[in-house]
Amino acid sequence: MQGSAGKDVITTLIVAAVLVWALPLMVGTYTLTVLAIYAMLGLSLGLIWGFGGILCFGQAAFFGLGAYTYAIAAINTGESTLPMILAVMVPGVFAALLGAMMFYGRLGDVYLGVITLVVTLILFKFINSTAGPQYTIGNARLGGYNGIPGFPTLNVPGRTDLSIWGDGLYYFCAAALLLVYFGVTWLLRSPFGRVAVGIRENETRMSLIGYDVRIRKTVMFATGAAIAGLAGALFANWGAIVTPGLFSLSQSAEIIIWCIVGGLGTRFGPLLGAAGLGYLKFLLGQQSMINNTMLMGLILVLFVLFLPRGVVPAAMSVWRASVGRPRRAGRAGAVRRNRRKDRVDG
Amino acid sequence: MDLTIVIVIEMLYAVASLALISVGLAVVFGMMKVINLAHGEFMMMGGYATIVAVNLGINVFVAMLIIAPLVVGLIGLVVERLVIRHLYGRLVDTMLATWGLSLFFIGLATIIFGNTTTGISTPISGLAIGNYQINGYNLFIVVVSVLLMIGLYLVLGRTRLGLIARGTMQRPDMASGLGYSPERIYMATFFCGSALSGLAGAILAPLVGLVPTSGGAYIAKAFITVIAGGPSLIAGLVSSASVFGVIDRIFTFAMSPVIGEVALLIAAVVLLRLLPQGITARFFRGRM
Repeated sequence: MQGSAGKDVITTLIVAAVLVWALPLMVGTYTLTVLAIYAMLGLSLGLIWGFGGILCFGQAAFFGLGAYTYAIAAINTGESTLPMILAVMVPGVFAALLGAMMFYGRLGDVYLGVITLVVTLILFKFINSTAGPQYTIGNARLGGYNGIPGFPTLNVPGRTDLSIWGDGLYYFCAAALLLVYFGVTWLLRSPFGRVAVGIRENETRMSLIGYDVRIRKTVMFATGAAIAGLAGALFANWGAIVTPGLFSLSQSAEIIIWCIVGGLGTRFGPLLGAAGLGYLKFLLGQQSMINNTMLMGLILVLFVLFLPRGVVPAAMSVWRASVGRPRRAGRAGAVRRNRRKDRVDG
Repeated sequence: MDLTIVIVIEMLYAVASLALISVGLAVVFGMMKVINLAHGEFMMMGGYATIVAVNLGINVFVAMLIIAPLVVGLIGLVVERLVIRHLYGRLVDTMLATWGLSLFFIGLATIIFGNTTTGISTPISGLAIGNYQINGYNLFIVVVSVLLMIGLYLVLGRTRLGLIARGTMQRPDMASGLGYSPERIYMATFFCGSALSGLAGAILAPLVGLVPTSGGAYIAKAFITVIAGGPSLIAGLVSSASVFGVIDRIFTFAMSPVIGEVALLIAAVVLLRLLPQGITARFFRGRM
C-alpha cells in the first residue's frame, strides 16, 4: 500500500508538472488560472458529495464566503497572508456550525439539499441588500449589488510591495490545486476517509459498528467548505472584485454540474468536469449564437439521464473492459445504488 | 382600526401568495415524490404565456386562468414524457435533472424574449380603506388561492378521480392490479401540477416585472413551504404557508422587505431542524 501510494504521488507530480508547463502554450494563463480555481471548487464538492455522500446544493455559499472574507480582510489589513488564512477558516467554521446543526438533527438528503440551498439564498439576499454606507466591516464597505472592488491582491508574505499576479498567480493556483489534491488523496487514504466512504455506503451500519457518524460528516462537510473557501479567495484575487453573484444559485448549479459530468466518487472527475466545462463556458462566452445557461442545463439533464456516473468512471470502466483486467465494483456504482434508495427518506 | 384591516389583508395576501406559489410543487411532490426544481421556471413561463396572450388582444382573465395553465401544462407533459418518467423513485436524480431543466428554460426564455423586463398592468384597480389605499389585486389573489385550495380538496377527497390518484400514489402495484395504469396517472398528475404552476405564475405576472430569471425568486419559497408542510398535501400547504407568510409580513412591517425574506428563510431552516418531517407529520396527522 505504502509503495503504491508513493508511486501514485510521483506519477501525479510528473503529470501535473507537464500539464502546468504545457497548457500555457495553448491557452492563456489568465483563463488557466480560473480553470484551476474552478477545478479546486469542483474537487471540494466532489469530496463531500462523491466520498462523503453529502449532497450540498449550496457549495457556492462557501465559495462566496471565502471570496468576501478575503476581500474584507485584505482591505482592513492591507496585505494578503492573514486574509488567505481567514478565507479558509471562516467558511470552514461556518460549515462546521451549519453541518453540526444538520447532522446532529439527522436530516435526510432532501432536507440537507433544502437547507444548504436556503442558506445560500439568505447570504445572496443579504449581501445584495448591503448597498448602503451603514454596512461596513472595518474599512470595507460591503457594497451590495456592486460588490467590493479594489482590495489588495496576493503578495509574497511579509512583502506587500511584491504582489503575485499574472503568470505568478497561475503557478500559485496550480500549486495550490496540486496541494489540495494531495491533501484530499491523503484524507481519503486515512482511516477517516475510509470510514467516510463507509458512511456513504451504509450510515446505519457504520454507526452500529461504533463510529460517530454525525461528527465525521460534520468534519467532512467543513473540510469541503474550507477548500471551497480557498478557491473563493483565489477567485477574488483573479477577478480583483467580489460580487454577490458568487453566492447565486446558478453558481451552485454549475458546481453540481461539474461533479455530475466529471463523475462522482472519483477525485479526478470533478476536477476534469470543472476545468472542461469552465473552458467550454469561456469559449461560449465569445459568441452569442448558443445560450450558455441553456447548454449547461441541457448537459445536466442529458448526463443525469444517459451517463449518470459521469465521464471519468465510464471511461475507466471502458478502459478496464478493453484491457481485460478484472473489474472491481465501481465506486461510483455504489453512489448510484445509494441514491436509488432515496425514496424512503423522501 | 383601518390600519388593522390593512395589516390583516396584507397578512392574508402573504399567506395566499405563498400557498399559490407552492401549490403546483406540492401536488407533484406530495403525490409523486418528485421535486420539480424547474417549478419556478414553469411559473415564469406561465407569466410569459399570459403576457403574450394579452398582447395578442385576448382578455386578461382568460389569458391568466385558461391559456397560461394549458400552455404550461402541455410543456409539463412533454417534460414528463421526455425526462421525469425515467427517473421515478430516484429523488435526488429528479432534483438534478429538473435543476438542469430550469437552467434550460431560463436560457430558452432569454433567447425568445430577451433579457429585458416585461409586464402587464394590474387588471383590478386599488381600493381605499379609510385613509389607506390597498391593492385590489391582492384581494383577487386571496380569493383565487382560497378557491384553489377548496377545489383541490374537493377533487382529491370527494371525486373518484382523486381517489384513484391517491391510491396510485400509495400503492402503484395495487392500482395497476385493479386495472389503472400508474404511468398514465403519473402523467396526468404532472400535467395538473405544471398547470397549477403556470396558473400561479400567470396570476402573479401583473405584480412583478418578468425576466427570464424570475423563477429563481419563487423556487426557494415554494420548496421550503412544501417541504416544511410535510406529508399531508393541503393541510401541510396551508399550515406552512401561514407560518411563513405571517413571519415574512411581521418582519417586513417592522424592518424591511429584505429582512422579511431573510427571516422567512431562517424560520424555514429552524423549522426543518425542529420538525424534519414537516409540520403535518407532527400535527394534523393523517389528514389530507
